[in-house]
Order: sequence, then C-alpha cells, then structure tokens
Amino acid sequence: MKLDLRHGRVEMNHGSGGRAMAELIEQLFAKALSNDYLAQGDDGAVLPAMSGRLVMSTDSHVVSPLFFPGGDIGSLAVHGTVNDVAVMGAKPLYLAASFILEEGFPLADLQRIVESMARAAAAADVLVVTGDTKVVEKGKGDGVFITTTSVGVARDGVELSGNRARPGDKILLSGTIGDHGMAILSQREGLSFKAPIVSDSAPLNGLIECMLDSGAQLRALRDPTRGGLATTLNELATQSGVGMRLDEAAIPVKPVVAAACEFLGLDPAYLANEGKLIAICAPADAEPLLNAMRRHPFGREAAIVGEVVEDRHRFVQMTTPMGGRRILDWLSGEPLPRIC
Amino acid sequence: MKYIDEFRDGALARQLAAAIAAEVMGGRPYRFMEFCGGHTHTISRYGLTDLLPDAIRMIHGPGCPVCVLPIGRIDQAIRLALEQRVILCSYGDCLRVPASGGLSLLKAKAQGADVRIVYAVTDALELARRNPDRQVVFLAIGFETTTPPTAVAVRQAEAEGLANFSLLCNHVLTPPAMHAILDHPAGTRLDGFVGPAHVSTVIGSRPYEPFAREYGKPVVIAGFEPLDVLQAILMLVRQTNSGRAEVENEFVRAVTPEGNRKAQALMDEVFELRDSFEWRGLGTLPRSALKLRPRFAALDAEARFGVEYVAVPDNKACECGAILRGEKRPAECRIFGSACTPDHPVGACMVSAEGACAAHYTYGRFRSV
Repeated sequence: MKLDLRHGRVEMNHGSGGRAMAELIEQLFAKALSNDYLAQGDDGAVLPAMSGRLVMSTDSHVVSPLFFPGGDIGSLAVHGTVNDVAVMGAKPLYLAASFILEEGFPLADLQRIVESMARAAAAADVLVVTGDTKVVEKGKGDGVFITTTSVGVARDGVELSGNRARPGDKILLSGTIGDHGMAILSQREGLSFKAPIVSDSAPLNGLIECMLDSGAQLRALRDPTRGGLATTLNELATQSGVGMRLDEAAIPVKPVVAAACEFLGLDPAYLANEGKLIAICAPADAEPLLNAMRRHPFGREAAIVGEVVEDRHRFVQMTTPMGGRRILDWLSGEPLPRIC
Repeated sequence: MKYIDEFRDGALARQLAAAIAAEVMGGRPYRFMEFCGGHTHTISRYGLTDLLPDAIRMIHGPGCPVCVLPIGRIDQAIRLALEQRVILCSYGDCLRVPASGGLSLLKAKAQGADVRIVYAVTDALELARRNPDRQVVFLAIGFETTTPPTAVAVRQAEAEGLANFSLLCNHVLTPPAMHAILDHPAGTRLDGFVGPAHVSTVIGSRPYEPFAREYGKPVVIAGFEPLDVLQAILMLVRQTNSGRAEVENEFVRAVTPEGNRKAQALMDEVFELRDSFEWRGLGTLPRSALKLRPRFAALDAEARFGVEYVAVPDNKACECGAILRGEKRPAECRIFGSACTPDHPVGACMVSAEGACAAHYTYGRFRSV
C-alpha cells in the first residue's frame, strides 16, 4: 500500500511491527535517510572498523513548537547530538534515531521533519544508520519526540574536558547568544518582530575542525544549550574548580534578541543556543584561535569574552557595562521548558 | 532598544558615580531604601554597589509582590487547584513559592493540579472563554502597577458574562507598606527612599508627600534603569546634605504629580480597601490591600469557592522582617545561602528574583564570602 503522505495520519499500527510499520519505514524514513547501512535492513547497523578513541553521545528532543524559524525538531535532533560529539574533539560519523510518534500526527509533517533531518545529516556529513519507531495513543505524546545517538572518532592527541580550565585561560564564544531560545519563545508567545528571530541551530563539527586545525591549545569546548551561556560556564567552573571573569559588553547579542529579552524580562545568558560553542584555551592562543573561528561561517561573530581565574568559590563573575561586578549564576528553576 | 540604551551608558554612569562620591560628606553614613524590587534588581544586576562610596548603603525594601505574599495566600490557591479542580492561572514567579505542607503551586501541578502560567490577566480571560465547562481562577498579585489591568479584566468578564472566571485578589498598596516600615516599633534608620517607578506612573508623586512632610524622609521617584537609580541616589544625597525632605521626581518621563487618573478611576470602580491584610515579612497592616467591590463580588474566588484565608506563621529561622526594614543584611540571616537559596527558598526575600536575599544571592554573594 502506498502511504497517503498528503492527508494521512500516524495510526497505532504504524508502530506495531507489522506491515504498516514496514511501509512507513520504507516509504518515509528509509527513502529520506537512505544509505548503505540503513539499507541493510537488519536489527543493527554493522559499521566498518574504526581506529582511535570513540566518542558517543545521546540526546532526546521534545521541542515545542515542532517547526520554528531556522529549523525544526528534525534538524535540531541532528545538530544537538552531532555537536555533543564534536565538542569532545571528535568527528561525528554515525547517528541512530529513535522516533516516538503520537497517533493522529499528520504524515505530511512527519515527512517534512524526516527530510529536514536528512538534509541536516548530509550537511553535517553524518549518516543515520539505524533507527526505531514507536507510536503512542493520541494524547499520550505531543506529535513527535526524537532521540538521537551519535558516534564519532576523537582526533589523536586532542584531550578536551570541562575539568581542564586553568587560571589565566581565555574564554571564547563563537557568536551571538540566545537566538534559539528566543526564536522558540517568540513563536510560543506569538511575538512578532519586523524580522523574525531565527534559531541558530547548526552543526558545529566544521567550525571545531578549523579550531583544532589552528593548533591552539584547547582545554574545553562546550555548546551552551539548555540553561544558556550562564549555566554552561558555571558547569565548567565547577568541573575545573576555578572561577571566571567575563566582560558583559564583549558578549555578542543580536539587537532583536536583546529587545525581546527586555520585553519578556529575560536574560539572554540563560537562553538556549543550538549552534554556538564556548571554547577555553591557553592565554597565548586566544587571538589566533579567535581568528581561526572568525574565518568559519559559524564563527564569524566569535569573541573573547573573559578569562579563567583562581576562586575557591567557583564564582562566574561579570563586569557590567556600568563598571560594576555581579555574579552570573546557575539558572534557577525552569522558566522555559521544552526548548530543545 | 536605542531608547533604553541611553539609560545604560557606562561612561555616564561613572560620571554620576563621581558626582555622588564628591557630594558625600565625610564621616556620615547614608541609608537609603529602594522600595521596589525592580530597583533592587537593577542595583544588583548592574553591580551598582561597586560604583557607590562605602558611606552609602542601599537597603532593599519590600516592593516585590511575590515576596510579600504570605504562605496562607498560596495555600488558598493550591486548595482551589487541588480540591476545587479549577484552572489556576498564575504569573510564573508564584509557582515556586513555598506553601504549607511542603507544597508549592509547582508541586501541586505535579500532583495533577491544573496550574497554568500566564503573562497577563488577559491570558486567563482567554482560558475562561476557551474552557466554558471549567472554572478559571486568576491569582491576582501585585502593587498598583498590576491592579489596573486586573480591573479591566474584571469589567471585561462582567461585560461578557464570563461566569466561569474569578479572581483570587491579593493586590496590595505601596504607601501603607512604607508607613509600616517607618512606624515599626523596632525602629528603622533610613535617610530616604528611592521611590517606585511603575507604581508611581499610576498613583503619581503626591501620595509620597506624607513621608517627606511628616516623617522628614526625602523621596526621589526613579525609573528602573541604572542611570535613573544613580541619579536618584545623587538627588537623595543632596537632599540629605542640605537637610531637606521633599518628594522629587527623577522619572519625569513617565510620572506626574497626579498620576494616571484613568487607571485610578478604574481601580476605584472595581476595588475597595480591605480592613487589613497580612504581608509576609511586615505582618498584618490595616487598609493595605484591595478586594473586589460588592458589585463584582460574584467574581471573588474566595467567596465563590469558600476558601477562607488561614494565616500560617513564617519559618522561625527567617530574618525577612529585619532584612526588609534594613536592620539586617541578607548574609546576616543564619539560613541565607545554606537552608535558604533561590532553588529552595524558605523566606519571603528569597522567593522571587526581585527579593532582597535572592538578588544578593544571585548577583552579589561574592561580596559576603
């Protein structure tokens, strides 16, 4: 039977393991994501031998709304996991994708999501090699949830970890903060601006390769997703047992995001990003690293935003444009659920 | 944003700070209270304390509507949501406020209560329209700033005959709280007030006259931007030095002596004074809060669902009262930063980001370690 991809909807039997499920996989998933490994059609993908240290990461995606300016849950599910492997200094190679579908979800929307996922995987140069589909009754899910798992190979000699920051190290940011969080929020709140706020959702592996190629002594890379810049810096400070000093004026924020934050009483430092990274590097390498980042399309607005200091309290502090000091604390509470 | 950026100019801030430092008289302390949580937030968020001479101490006042809401009021909201199964609409800040029995609205939500975060009372009205078979209750909180929008919603609900909408009214008034601080038996050493910004756009500058005239305390109404606050502090220092006690208005771009007459008329049409109201941290204050007028009594959730207010004492370890009056600093409370943090607030001042303790913990605790 040919699936009705225009008017059809997800039905319970699309997840029951029978013929309907086979049709859905064949006509929708396998068609969009096609590659030799997926085409094997077995319970697991048999991959070629890899040499070097393997890096593996997994991430579940429950973003609402499913489609937003700059992306959708499909592309986000690729970027989220690819970036988690890439910030470990590894080249992401393969993805596994697991879908939880809600009964009644339009097949046309599912197709859009899967095709977007395929484009994102191609752009990030990774293959979706295995997957799973389950269907839950109407009302028991919210359209689509996607879990992706990525495997990559770490570059030889590259050791990155959040526990390697040392006093004196410089802190770099690859671009403007808060774009993804505000893109989602402005959709949810029905806020309209002259130009829509677009999510920064993007694969960071290309940028990271350029950074590794620059030869800079990198201590840690991390993508500030949920909890934003503030929370990620606090994680790094705690892990390394150090403090941090930032210059607030040096942190890039798009004027429209700043305006929207003002309007909603939010701080861009706590909004999620899906295409940005924080880099901590040896002080002497900061400028060359910055230049390398700025040469890449996803690092054009990169900036040195602060430095690592000794502090047994592990405070992340910021000098404000007024010249005063304040703490940039962990996110408290959960003001923005289902952002990714 | 351009309009706002002008009030956040770092160079101008340093000029103002230099002017303040030049005016401060050697040897004497200056103790000013910023009444509003909005000002507390600005001072902490921009690190303005670092720009002020040591002689100036800013005392964070009680002007944070979430902080002053007593436990018993949140208990009422939880009872409505859990027992009466209403759709309880609340501003996001109220969700984590600790209530009796280890509950909060957020925990009640996890137990199955239908608690919805709204950004404005109009969202609650919309929920009532869309759910005609459910009762929708709006947990109305706030000072004079948020009261006029609630009044509009009440009139709207009446006009539309929205029988499933009601209000748990906790609107409070600014001047009675300022009186309470100055009249407190323990005494409050204050040299002046940074007066409210948004509240004053509604009530105007006149209601502050008694604090200058009868108590001899200067009041400078200020906007919420960092340069507004610094300018107001400079004006307070000048009044203090010259022995003047006047109501001055730094926030002339938004505040007039008589305020917003239309908004005042709306409030007056819909609300009347309660005989007394319990404030967290300040105790029970006469004629300090509002309730619906009899004409709108049908929209009063307390009456509709028979949820009586039951006072619940604050945690004994809490120093909120002394902190709100400026007798103690947040870090002088035994449980500050240990048992009481923004993630697990015990006392009123830790509850909302605008509370004195939460602001100090979140932005300034490096100063007291």
